[in-house]
Amino acid sequence: MTLTSPDRSGQSPLAPASRAIDIIGADLTEASLTRYLRGLPAVDAVGLTNRAADLGSRSIKATSKAWALDKIISLIDLTTLEGADTPGKVRSLVAKALTPDASDLTSPRVAAVCVYGDMVATAAEALGSAKGEHAPGGINVAAVATAFPSGRASLRVKLADVADAVDAGADEIDMVIDRGAFLAGNYGRVFDEIVAVKAACQRADKSFAHLKVILETGELNTYDNVKRASWLAILAGGDFIKTSTGKVAPAATLPVTLLMLQVVRDWHRLTGERIGVKPAGGIRTSKDAIKYLVAVAEVAGQEWLEPHLFRFGASSLLNDVLLQRQKISTGHYSASSYVTID
Amino acid sequence: MTRLAIPKTYKLFIGGKFPRSESGRVFEIRSAKGEFLANAAKASRKDARDAVVAARAAGSGWAGATGYNRGQVLYRVAEVLEGRRDQFIAEIVSTEGVSAAAAAAQVDEAVDRWVWYAGWADKYVQVAGNANAVSGPFFNISVPEPTGVVAIVVPQDSSLLGITSAIAPALVSGNTVVVIASERFPLSSIGLAEVLATSDLPGGVVNILTGSPAEIAPWLASHADVNALDLIGAAGLDWIDLEIAAAETLQRVMRPEQGPDIASPSLTRITQFTETKTVWHTKSLI
Amino acid sequence: MTSNNGNTNAGSNSFLDYAPAPESTAILNLKSEYGLFINGEFVDGHGASFTTISPSTEKTIATIAAADASDVDTAVKAARRAFDRSWSTISGRERGKYLFRIARLLQERAREFAVAESLDNGKPIKESRDVDVPLAAAWFFYYAGWADKLDHAGLGANPRALGVAAQVIPWNFPLLMLAWKIAPALAAGNTVVLKPAETTPLTALLFAEVVQQAGLPAGVVNILTGAGATGQALVTHPDVNKVAFTGSTAVGRLIARQIAGTDKRVTLELGGKGANIVFDDAPMDEAIEGIVNGIFFNQGQVCCAGSRLLVQENVHDEVVDRLKARLATLRIGDPLDKNTDIGAINSAAQLERIRTLSQAGEDEGAVRWSAPCDLPENGFWFAPTIFTNVSTSHRIARDEIFGPVLSVLSFRTPTEAIAKANNTPYGLSAGIWSDKGSRVLAVADKLRAGVVWANTFNKFDPASPFGGFKESGYGREGGRHGLAAYLAPAESRSYAAPAMKAAPAVAAAAAVETPMTDADPQTPTKFVRRKGANK
Repeated sequence: MTLTSPDRSGQSPLAPASRAIDIIGADLTEASLTRYLRGLPAVDAVGLTNRAADLGSRSIKATSKAWALDKIISLIDLTTLEGADTPGKVRSLVAKALTPDASDLTSPRVAAVCVYGDMVATAAEALGSAKGEHAPGGINVAAVATAFPSGRASLRVKLADVADAVDAGADEIDMVIDRGAFLAGNYGRVFDEIVAVKAACQRADKSFAHLKVILETGELNTYDNVKRASWLAILAGGDFIKTSTGKVAPAATLPVTLLMLQVVRDWHRLTGERIGVKPAGGIRTSKDAIKYLVAVAEVAGQEWLEPHLFRFGASSLLNDVLLQRQKISTGHYSASSYVTID
Repeated sequence: MTRLAIPKTYKLFIGGKFPRSESGRVFEIRSAKGEFLANAAKASRKDARDAVVAARAAGSGWAGATGYNRGQVLYRVAEVLEGRRDQFIAEIVSTEGVSAAAAAAQVDEAVDRWVWYAGWADKYVQVAGNANAVSGPFFNISVPEPTGVVAIVVPQDSSLLGITSAIAPALVSGNTVVVIASERFPLSSIGLAEVLATSDLPGGVVNILTGSPAEIAPWLASHADVNALDLIGAAGLDWIDLEIAAAETLQRVMRPEQGPDIASPSLTRITQFTETKTVWHTKSLI
Repeated sequence: MTSNNGNTNAGSNSFLDYAPAPESTAILNLKSEYGLFINGEFVDGHGASFTTISPSTEKTIATIAAADASDVDTAVKAARRAFDRSWSTISGRERGKYLFRIARLLQERAREFAVAESLDNGKPIKESRDVDVPLAAAWFFYYAGWADKLDHAGLGANPRALGVAAQVIPWNFPLLMLAWKIAPALAAGNTVVLKPAETTPLTALLFAEVVQQAGLPAGVVNILTGAGATGQALVTHPDVNKVAFTGSTAVGRLIARQIAGTDKRVTLELGGKGANIVFDDAPMDEAIEGIVNGIFFNQGQVCCAGSRLLVQENVHDEVVDRLKARLATLRIGDPLDKNTDIGAINSAAQLERIRTLSQAGEDEGAVRWSAPCDLPENGFWFAPTIFTNVSTSHRIARDEIFGPVLSVLSFRTPTEAIAKANNTPYGLSAGIWSDKGSRVLAVADKLRAGVVWANTFNKFDPASPFGGFKESGYGREGGRHGLAAYLAPAESRSYAAPAMKAAPAVAAAAAVETPMTDADPQTPTKFVRRKGANK
């Protein structure tokens, strides 16, 4: 099987697939892709978790902490992904994204709001002139797609899901990989889907919505799988690799995020290109989020601490960070009644 | 017409071969009654050096053999020794001057000790080693391994039982040995060398030097390629100097023993020339 | 490398210049002077007292008494009295309860001990806090449980304590080495006289307070501070039954010579030149961490440090590149800052040794790379350093440097890796990095080292025996084996004073025995033991 062949995707080989061709070779096949992924150095789980724990034990104080809290806010994909989401809920979320702390307007805005595809138009409308990373103080709209969270639908349905969201104005697409295909060893199928989804992210003006590839690490189960899936997603053209949907436990963990940071660091060493990382699900406290910042800065590099290279997929994290900000500005511990429920 | 007997030439046992001393020296072995029995080779420091080289060379093969394999080889020693029972009895009677019954008892006990130690070869690891329950995700196991080259001054007042009791336990775990035989009763030691040479024991695993312990032992105690020094039969030597010399390269030293039950069989005799190695390996599912 | 001098401004500069996060020293309540701890009390020493300084600032911490030969004699007598009158007469169960108390007291005062250790030794607080002190408490907890289970220690029923143990420990893990020594000795029923290193007496003296708080009978634990002469007087004292030493191979040799001809039992935990072997299929990121941990943990001042990196040639350059990148993120500076990765070298003398050997490395043609960093002005500092182009004949590939200096060598095949790893008179530790289990096990079998870490390094546990092959010493610390080092089988001759019962056949031999003294080295007693019970 030739990957990204016109007969499979219905389109010419895509620019992003050139990554795989550059790295693996022009005769890109499922066999060569599989060989490459299986040839990646193994991960030792004990060593990885030890390293994560070590990074997690950094003590971030004073000016560093104040800087970190604002940075965390600016990296959040403020998320609502409920079956019960309504336009009102999404508008409330957008309001929070624009003005996280009504009592302290110095708070930065989040990076994006993350919603289901059918809520993209609502979110875009609510953001108004603040929509998009290029607007001053702009906030992106990210949409989950490809039959999120399970991904169990035909490619045709998944691509339609993506196209709908892009048409509705999504700046970013959070797709899920086919974990079943991955676990069955069908790496080519996973690869082709990502390439096809990337193609579906292209707008009429030829620009692309950013593509975040959700690995659902909790289902991949092993770090070796996470490592292979990370490489696979990057080779297929992903702009970001993302841990989880938030619907499967365990979601984001520090070790798994550390591993993905090591992959993007190595990709940069190899190609000079920077890929983003998004841990999502389960990061609820400032203390936890700071550990991620430390991991990003010490493993990938501080240049990754920008919204186009690192995001937190979170909902309740923002309020905890705001409480910490209030503590720093007032000198007293704050209370949950001083931050808004959205 | 009576037939003239063929006397045996008693030589050293180094690297599986039976060389004369490179020094060309011999010393007289006389019976308990004072009759001339033989000229035994009198080993020199260079013979000791050669013996250490042979022992070192044989080390990895012997230590690398399975315990089951070493056990069979040691049992084979007992088999061959049993077959030469009469020869050893005769030599012991003539050199030690004991009764035939006493000599037979010594030979029989020696055979039995080879059998006893043979049985330990694939078991001592289970008794002396263990898994360790450490507080973390690690496989962790401690196992005894042979110390390496062991120099042994065997009990001096015994022909066969002394040397057997001193060297068999060192061999169980895979050590190779350089043995300084009893100066007074060396014939059984050479006899034993002939047994060992025909018992599937790889050459160099046991090397036997006859001669003067006082002359040879200091060279072994100070030899940097000797890992351990068993002074079990060195009570009559200036053994403190030997221990001091051995300290230079941190040889493991076993001090002299005395008494009627010297070198009696025990598991400790096996483990005293082992090193505990602890191996950690990470253990985790994901 | 990031400087951690506490003078950076994180907000305006770089997140990685973390704002200072110093551990408070307010928790420490130090005295300006410390005496010797003999027979349950602090007493004056008769030697010339000395000061202990903080190696990161060179500031004086306290004045410390020095024990001379008369103090050693007093302490050994106290230990002997305690052995005869109290410690050997109480049940194992009660002994264990004392040890459990000590473990708990160490846990309660953990923060205080960590601060004191980092202050006195120069090691990063995160190490003293997360490794030294918790492990020290764990050691007491582990051996506490052994005290009433000695029948299962592997020496047969009713094994007996040896008597008075003389213990001399180094400066690299002051409290932890104390725990490694005292916990098994007491559990087995011995009493101890321990001498901490001259440059790091502080936590041993705080430990003496713990001994008081635990209500241990007087004389069971005695702490003598002082320099080498004190240690020498202690290990050669005629009424000492057991010598346990951790330190350099040179001193270990000396001790082995000095106890020759006596009936003292001895265990020695000496130097090392550990090989850390990285195969091309290693889990690469974890291997890099393991290399860093192997040689830069505690500034490389670790006897089992992975100071020789053996890298498979086909990944040599990649490993070295990654290693350098990783070292650039280490933070050197104030040991009491919680974000410090690399602290101070323990003493001016040790720093000089590291400098001398590193210079030898350059002179002999190896290529030196040191992490770029600003070192503090005061105190003893050495930047993490890697030597490449190292040959097996170079001094830096053979001598123990005992500092943050890694020598990188390469190999082509597993056979060559094993041969090079074993090509040293030492035999303490080794590391193997490979994802192939069968190879890991085979290589582990062939390495002549007492501790082999596979896909990890510098892990310690009270249940895990530790100690060397060859010139790295003999005897084991930790686990059942570590307990056995302080016990004798029931049927063997007693090593203790005449008060001990002995079997009839042995009593006669014991009767002719006279203790050896320094002045009378040529009148040894023959060592006699009786065996045979386990035929």
